[in-house]
Formats: sequence, C-alpha cells, structure tokens
Amino acid sequence: MNKQKGRGRFIFFCLAPAVILFFIFMIIPTIDVFRMSMFKWGGYTDDKTFVGLQNFQKLFQSDKFYQAFQNSILLIVIVTIVTFGLALLFAAMLTREKIKGQNFFRVIFYIPNILSVVVISAIFSAIYDPNQGLLNSFLNLFRGQNGVDNPILWLGSQKIVIYSIVIAMIWQAIGYYMVMYMASMANIPESLYEAASMEGAGRIKQFFTITIPLIWTNIRTTLTFFIISTINMSFLFVKAMTNGGPDGASSVFLSYMYQEAYTNSSYGYGMAIGVMVFLFSFALAGILNAVTKREELEF
Amino acid sequence: MKENKNALKNGSPKAYKAVIYIVLSLLAVMIIVPVAWVFIASIKQNSEFYGNPWALPQGIHLANFADAWQKANMGSYMLNSVIVVAIGIALLIVIALPAAYVLARFKFKSSGLWNVLFMAGLFINVNYIVVPIFLMLNNGDKVLRQWTGHPFFLNNLFILALVYASTALPFTIYLLSGYFKSLAKDYEEAAYVDGAGYARTMIQVIMPMAKPSVVTVILFNFLAFWNEYIISMTLLTKPELKTLPVGLMNLMAAQKSAVQYGQLYAGLVIVMVPTLILYICVQKKLTQGMTLGGLKG
Repeated sequence: MNKQKGRGRFIFFCLAPAVILFFIFMIIPTIDVFRMSMFKWGGYTDDKTFVGLQNFQKLFQSDKFYQAFQNSILLIVIVTIVTFGLALLFAAMLTREKIKGQNFFRVIFYIPNILSVVVISAIFSAIYDPNQGLLNSFLNLFRGQNGVDNPILWLGSQKIVIYSIVIAMIWQAIGYYMVMYMASMANIPESLYEAASMEGAGRIKQFFTITIPLIWTNIRTTLTFFIISTINMSFLFVKAMTNGGPDGASSVFLSYMYQEAYTNSSYGYGMAIGVMVFLFSFALAGILNAVTKREELEF
Repeated sequence: MKENKNALKNGSPKAYKAVIYIVLSLLAVMIIVPVAWVFIASIKQNSEFYGNPWALPQGIHLANFADAWQKANMGSYMLNSVIVVAIGIALLIVIALPAAYVLARFKFKSSGLWNVLFMAGLFINVNYIVVPIFLMLNNGDKVLRQWTGHPFFLNNLFILALVYASTALPFTIYLLSGYFKSLAKDYEEAAYVDGAGYARTMIQVIMPMAKPSVVTVILFNFLAFWNEYIISMTLLTKPELKTLPVGLMNLMAAQKSAVQYGQLYAGLVIVMVPTLILYICVQKKLTQGMTLGGLKG
C-alpha cells in the first residue's frame, strides 16, 4: 500500500508550516508575556533581573493602573449594553416587519465595520473638534454665542473624553452585530409568531418571549466575544484618538500596557499589565458564561 | 417611544411602521453623514475649514489629493500597504489551506492536540503579544548585526506580512476546516480509487470546491490587514516603510501643528476608497460570510 506510506509525510508537510509559524509568532510571544512579567528589564540592555511578583505589587499600588482599569470597565459596560440593546432591537425591527429597503439599511449599517479604526478615529476627531467640529457647530444652533465662547472640549476634557470614545465605539460596532442577529432571527419560523399573535401577545412580548430566547445561544457567544474584543478595540480607538490623554483620562488596559512597555521601555512591568488583563478577560468571560447559562431551546 | 407603545396597543400597524422607518433612517443618516462629510471636506480649500463645517465646498479642489499623495507620501504608503497585504494573504492561503484540510479530514495521533491548540489561538489577540514579537525580532536583529552587520527582521515589509499571516492562522484555519468538515468522504475515496495521491486529491479535487470559503477568508483578511496599524506601527519604524493607516495617523498628528485639513481628509479618502469599492462589489458575500465567521474576536 503505497498510499499508507505517504500518509504521514503528507500530513507533516501540510501541517508543519502552519504549526511552526503559529509557535513562533503566537505561542512563544504569549509565553513570553507571562515569563517577562516576572523580570525587571529596562529596555535595550541584556540585564534582566528576576523580581518574582514585584511587578504585580507595583501594579496594584499604581493609580494609573486603577485609572486604566476604571476606564476599561466603564467602556465595557456602557458599550456592551448600548450596542447589544440597540443591535437586537433594530435587528428585530428589520426582520419582523416587512420593511422596504431592508437590504439598503443592511448595507449602510455595515459600513463602519469595514473602515479602519484610524479612519473612524480621524472622522470622530473632526466631529469632536472644538472650533471647527461638526458636533459643536450643530449644538451652537441651540447654544448660540455661549457655545462659540465656551466650546465643549469633547476630547480635551477629562470628564467627557471617555464618553466621546464610547460613542465612537458604538458607532463602529452596532451594524456588525445587527447584521449578525438579523441572520439568526431570520431562521425563527414565522408560525411561532403567528401562534403568539393569535394568543394576543403584542410585539414587545413576542420580542422577549420568542425572539430573545430562541437566539439566546447566539447572543451568549457573541456577548463573550464582544467583551473580549471591546478590551482590544478600546485600545485601538484610544491609541488613534487621544493616546490616553488628557493626562491619562482616557487610558485603558492595553494602552497603558503599550505605553509602559513600548514607549517607556519598562518591558517587565508592561507585561505584568498584560498578564493582569489576560486573566481579567478570561475571568470575565467565565463569569458571563455562567451567568448567562440557560437551557437551550430548539425550534 | 410613547407613540411606539400607543401604536402597539391600538394595533395600528401604519403608525408603528412609520416609527420604525424614522428610527432606521435616523441611524442610517448618523452613519452616512460623517463618512460623506469626509468626502466633501476632501475637496475643500484650506481656508474653507475656518467657516461653518456644514457648508458645501465652494469648488472642487483636487490639489488636496495631489498634496496627500506626494507631499504627505500617501502614494508610497499605499504601495507599502499593497505589498504587505498581497504577500500576507498569499502566505496565509498557501499555509492555512493544507493545514485546515489535514486537520479537518485526517485522523492521526496528534490531530486532537493541534485542533485544540489552534482553537486556543483564537483567544490570543495580537495586541497582547505585539511587544514580545517586537523584542524577539529586535533580538534577532542584534544577533544578525554581530554576524553579518545587517539587521533584517525589523523594518521589513515581508516580515510584517509574515506576522500578519501567522496571527491570522487560527481564525482562518477555524473557518476553512469548518467547511472541509462538511464535505462528504466520497470525494477523496473516489479520487483514491482513480489512483490520485494525497497531494493531488487535495489540490485538484478538494481545493477547487473550497473556492467560496477561500474567497470569504481573503475578504476578511484583506480588511483586517489593510486596516491594521498597531503591529505595523511597532515593527516598521522607518518613515519610508509606513503602511497607509500608520501614515494617516502621522498626518493626523501633523495636522494638529501645521493645519492641513484638506490633505488630511484627502488622505482619509485614499485609505477608505479601496475598502469601500471592495465592499460595494462583495457586500452580499461579506454580510453572509459574517454569520459563518460570526465569532471573530
């Protein structure tokens, strides 16, 4: 059997390149994150000193870390709730009603998802510009001269900046999730809704008793992934829009890590932040998975 | 919202429908207006930016594009981006396709282990590991400098493409092997009976069938690679090697000191147009493929 002999070799040659690259550029760097978090290493010299958990101690005493932590939690909570609420609502509207131009809306809502975060950040910087921005000049219609004299600093005020980023992130994410839920809602058989209508259930009741339970598995998985991706996306937005400023008011988990590791060259400390974020996101995903567990419904 | 509820109670579907149209149109406007505004702003003259931002342009000022293309180097950044994306996708397909096929269709001693490992890779986001990757390449350069005098790994478009391809492997293999698993075993058996070997079966029988999935993979990764900037910013430090999004970030930063709004918006248009054109051509495929790749982190 010539075939049997070549089988092992064939498998090897197909798999080896992928496995090698996967190890070099993903597994080893991931292990490195954990390993380096226990060293003190200040940049381009080779002297690393093993400091055990000292980096983590330093981390828990750092106000900057707590600030980044707070901002990240705030972003995760608000962006998730608003995005999911609106995406589900709009998806239900578009699939349940016979809307003309359904496809048109779908195409439009998906656009932000294909744009680079840099592009979106640039667009929102233009919107938020205090003097020549779209938002302030629109608001000045109502605020009058006061608006011209005291422009709202959307990205320059420590109190507002994080909410300005929230808006940009929701703008980017909502269409993607909407299109996804539309696909899974379209699979729910029409007969269920007809039966519910006959029983006298209104649209809102149908939404909560039919639509949501039947796509619950889908909501659950996307929720977990969404939260993990919010940690990453917030980094991309912050990096391009404010770089953590003003004065750290918009710094998030990974932007703080990147700043410490790459810009300040304290690699060990930076990687300790990375480890914390890693553990945090896994814990969060685990908790969410447990909390959202329901019996699976089939239709 | 109140009207909405009343409409429900009274069961007047017309009013309810009208509300839905209004809400949906509002959302659509909120998405289109900022994007459209960039296109309009890109043909404005610099002086026009000091007036009302909602004003329409006084004329078509295409010099912005020439400035962005040449003075702001967006032309050469575009070339860099095209090179990186093309090499990255080519590498990814050549490497991921056979691996996904073997992982999905062959049972061998360690197949379970590899499947689990690549699945776990879905959870590793590049943003966490970009610094270790940078340090690894930097160390490699140090060694090379001692031996040959020439660094190689950092500031190399090919290496950037390789990193893109490698970090896209788990998701791509996940997508492709999902497709391969759905095929019937008969295809291979028929090919083997006809005397085709493993490699020929894969290349001539299975891969042509996988074309739609491969197209989906290319689409997703084109968007991901084209829009990526954190890795690119970290691994390419020489100004002449920047990719488009990083170049755009520079333009944004430069705009803050020497106000060149027109150039910035022209640059934005240059970055957006390829993805928008692609989107218009394949939007159906993309929104359908998304449900299949719905778990992208």
